[in-house]
Amino acid sequence: MSTTRPIATTRSATGIPTGKLAVWWVIASEIVIFGGLLASYVMHRLGHPEWAEYASHTNIWFGGTNTFVLLTSSLFAVLAHYAAEHGDGKRAAKWLLGTCGGGFVFICVKAVEWTGEIHHGYTITANGFWQFYYTAAGLHGLHVIAGCIIMLIIANEARKGKELHRVELIGIYWHFVDIVWIFLFPLLYIAK
Amino acid sequence: MAEHQDHSEDHGQAHYVKIWAILLVLLIISVMGPIVAPHIAAGFLKAWMITLMTAFGIAVVKAYLVAANFMHLNIEKKYISYLLATMLTLMLLFFSGVAPDVMKHQGQNWENIAAKSEIERGLEEEAARAHGEHGEHGGEHDDAAH
Repeated sequence: MSTTRPIATTRSATGIPTGKLAVWWVIASEIVIFGGLLASYVMHRLGHPEWAEYASHTNIWFGGTNTFVLLTSSLFAVLAHYAAEHGDGKRAAKWLLGTCGGGFVFICVKAVEWTGEIHHGYTITANGFWQFYYTAAGLHGLHVIAGCIIMLIIANEARKGKELHRVELIGIYWHFVDIVWIFLFPLLYIAK
Repeated sequence: MAEHQDHSEDHGQAHYVKIWAILLVLLIISVMGPIVAPHIAAGFLKAWMITLMTAFGIAVVKAYLVAANFMHLNIEKKYISYLLATMLTLMLLFFSGVAPDVMKHQGQNWENIAAKSEIERGLEEEAARAHGEHGEHGGEHDDAAH
């Protein structure tokens, strides 16, 4: 049985650990995905004056609550990283579970919000504004769900004191998801 | 020694909590922005300018605080900052290239008839709805609670 590690995990031209570098590249590609979507939204919003009326039906309190939830979950994620850095896997796992709880609350708030909007006839096929709204918020929601699943796997390992460096990696991803929402919030809920 | 370590740990965690508290204050300002903007607008400072600043200006500050303090971009190798800046520049390039075609609906040799009719239809619907609400509810907005 070979005990050598793959070259990819030991070689580093940048001086950044390979796993962390990979996460940063994922984020770089995500910037293009979300950036392209948001840039397209902005140009359509500026070119379509009638969208102001459509946008007036989004509820700022739902958006504000979810911003609070994500900012708080980001705090939990960085505290998990802090605990992992100090070798406290069990504490890191607890903070990660708290972060996941934030993600769960976020999705629940979204579910209630969307149910009300769909009930009022604001569906994805209603017009261009609602198409962007559901696509951007939906894609972001999928990232929240994916982050929670990965976080639960990492928390399970961290609880046993294993692979603690991964706590930082999922934290970086989670903070990025938070930043995307920081821009979605004014675009979809405040600019009316 | 252990006491010193505990103290430094508290200090590290307190820093993150402080950043979180600042983020919450900024969130409150961004939510309150459109509500108070009409009341404090005066002279050249229009309400939409205040809303724009409290919404998007604060979003940029919030994103910076999260990136620098929670993602530790301020102590990360410069390579990462350059990588992210390159992606953002590509987005600006995309926007500047495509926006004129989307934001304008006609040029010297072209006309976007579909976009124009969509705007017309949307504005007519809005005017009809506003007219109907004035007639039925005396100006009350039926979606006020929504």
